[in-house]
Amino acid sequence: MTRTLSAPVTVAFDYTRSTGPVLGRFLTGLRDGVVVAGRTSDGEVVVPPLEYDPVTHEQTTDFVEVADTGTVTSWTWVPEPVAGQPFDRPFAFALVTLDGATKPLFHAVDVASPDQISTGMRVRVRWAEERVGHINDLLCLEPAADRDEAADGVAGEGRARPRLRDEAATELSRPGESDADGGDGPEPVTGVVTPVSLDYVYAASPEESTFYRGLDEGRILGQRCPSCQKVYVPPRSACPTDGTPTEGEIELSGLGTITTFCIVNVPFLGQKIEPPYVSAYVLLDGADIALLHLILGVPADEVRMGMRVKAVWKPREEWAYSLENIDHFAPTGDPDADYDTYKRHL
Amino acid sequence: MGKQPAAVVGIGQTHHRAKRQDVSMAGLCREAIDRALLDANLTLHDIDAIVVGKAPDLFEGVMMPELFLAESLGAAGKPLLRVHTAGSVGGSTAIVAASLVQSGVHKRVLTVAYEKQSESNAMWALSVPLPFNMPVHAGAGGYFAPHVRSYIRRSGAPTHVGAIVAAKDRNNALKNPYAHLHNEGTTVESVLASTMLWDPIRYDETCPSSDGACALVIVDEDTAKASPNPAWIHGTVMRSESTSAAERDQVNPQASRDAAAYLWKQAGITDPFEEIDAAEIYVPFSWFEPMWLESLGFAGEGEGWQLTESGETAMTGRLPVNCSGGVLSSNPIGASGMLRFGEAALQVRGAAGEHQVDGARRALGHAYGGGSQFFAMWVVGSEKPTS
Repeated sequence: MTRTLSAPVTVAFDYTRSTGPVLGRFLTGLRDGVVVAGRTSDGEVVVPPLEYDPVTHEQTTDFVEVADTGTVTSWTWVPEPVAGQPFDRPFAFALVTLDGATKPLFHAVDVASPDQISTGMRVRVRWAEERVGHINDLLCLEPAADRDEAADGVAGEGRARPRLRDEAATELSRPGESDADGGDGPEPVTGVVTPVSLDYVYAASPEESTFYRGLDEGRILGQRCPSCQKVYVPPRSACPTDGTPTEGEIELSGLGTITTFCIVNVPFLGQKIEPPYVSAYVLLDGADIALLHLILGVPADEVRMGMRVKAVWKPREEWAYSLENIDHFAPTGDPDADYDTYKRHL
Repeated sequence: MGKQPAAVVGIGQTHHRAKRQDVSMAGLCREAIDRALLDANLTLHDIDAIVVGKAPDLFEGVMMPELFLAESLGAAGKPLLRVHTAGSVGGSTAIVAASLVQSGVHKRVLTVAYEKQSESNAMWALSVPLPFNMPVHAGAGGYFAPHVRSYIRRSGAPTHVGAIVAAKDRNNALKNPYAHLHNEGTTVESVLASTMLWDPIRYDETCPSSDGACALVIVDEDTAKASPNPAWIHGTVMRSESTSAAERDQVNPQASRDAAAYLWKQAGITDPFEEIDAAEIYVPFSWFEPMWLESLGFAGEGEGWQLTESGETAMTGRLPVNCSGGVLSSNPIGASGMLRFGEAALQVRGAAGEHQVDGARRALGHAYGGGSQFFAMWVVGSEKPTS
């Protein structure tokens, strides 16, 4: 048996990003099949454009189109791609200076093995078929046979190229709140959606693991701090007052007192219990700290500070290593506890 | 050698809104920074170091945002620090910036704090269910509501005091062009009639969710000579404590009381109610006004609500609290603490516009964060401190 319990937890959210005018210009360009760079005060041509000039600190306003061909200036091999990377097969990440730019862009190069890429190699952009105004519109770079003549343009003299627009383009763009481009095409890109998903292994401490194992046996186990003698439920690997691990085994009955509570009426993303519900601090008899739990078996507006409650367990077959084994706390029907017995826990 | 004198000579903030989709995070920060620098009559070239603060990274899903923001904040080639103390971060960020000047390390420090709440959902971010645990958490409101109930029980306050605070702050916000909420006609009755969200906290008694930023320019004595109205820093303090400990006082935390006592001592203040002319106190839920009034020593234990109820904390009272409209009217979380610090400085500079308290000489800026776990406060004054 492992000493501590652990379980997976995923934190995922589709974040939105307001691009602002500078990155919005770059992403609008990608949607339209052109690479837009920004020129800095000292003459550098940077892809993507910098939001603010590194020397003058002014917002970038000088935009130039650069070629979708360029030269690898450095690279690294990715033998085992991980989720979210451009490819699920081995590929290269490279710094590529696009023709017309003076600073490199970091992106993926689609080659099958590291001997197919080298510094100085010519590459070209492979565009996504459906473009929405996102960095992934520029799918990757791929080897280009030779330096093509159209790539000789000087920065600032961006080549005319067909503007490829598609219906999907407007899906992620928001109504322009700042300056519109005045053109008759889709609105400029002002926002992108950036899904983030992080997988963690949540590990309980040894003391907490004892507590959760107890719950799996229908027992509520606390421990005492050997320094301050306070009884903690769940036990702690470090008493917040003394830093000492709690120790021993103190089994609590499941009877307790509501110290304070709130009635949750508000629904929210990720909520597990349907509102309204009473979320209460329950001070178990014999413990020196209250547990946060759910109160049922009584109308929400009849829950009181000082109300005596008891743990109501789920059916045994539903038990796991979880405080959720206690389905809720319900009133015992006994007279309320005297305020003096719990006031120092508020 | 003691602390060097330091003063706030530039204050900038954004127009706070539910969604500032017209600007990126960098653009939001720069809006505040550029206003602060203009106010200070300085440019980014004059700045020696930059200190940035924001609330938990999960709020925007950007880990270590100071990395990608460095260039936009003008930090290339300069020291850049990021401070992180949950909701109090705007206050502690300003204190760290001040300490760089007070220590004599730097002469001109820029500090900025921000939040772009529209890019995520703070309620979700604060309530991610964890394995083995009971999923009863319900955001910041769900966390603080039981402690508000405890305060009402302990103090015997009438249950409409929270509504008085909300109506006051919302009406104060009408005088602040930068405030997020401009809710005309808010009354105690209208607040009491609003939906109960986290009983005992009603909808109108909660802060909004805002995008916004605040920036301050803090300088040494020499640089401050060029300013017509520097706000001198008379004292700063930060204190922390455990979120959950046996018999921890959740209504009036020890760290808060200790911080206040040390702050008043530094500022030479013996009776804060008499000696402070305006206070900007971090009140994300209305009841925290009377709670913090007690904890800060403006009122005795159980008596804070009497100051609120009698109108002493209104703009016309003896201790105007949150003349700017406070967190209840604008809440870009990471910036909210710095807004309190900045608004306090505006008061003693006589630069608060329509929400100016006449003749304010000393003002409090206050922030708290986590589960009432982190505290940051400062006192600023129109006169240079004597010690």
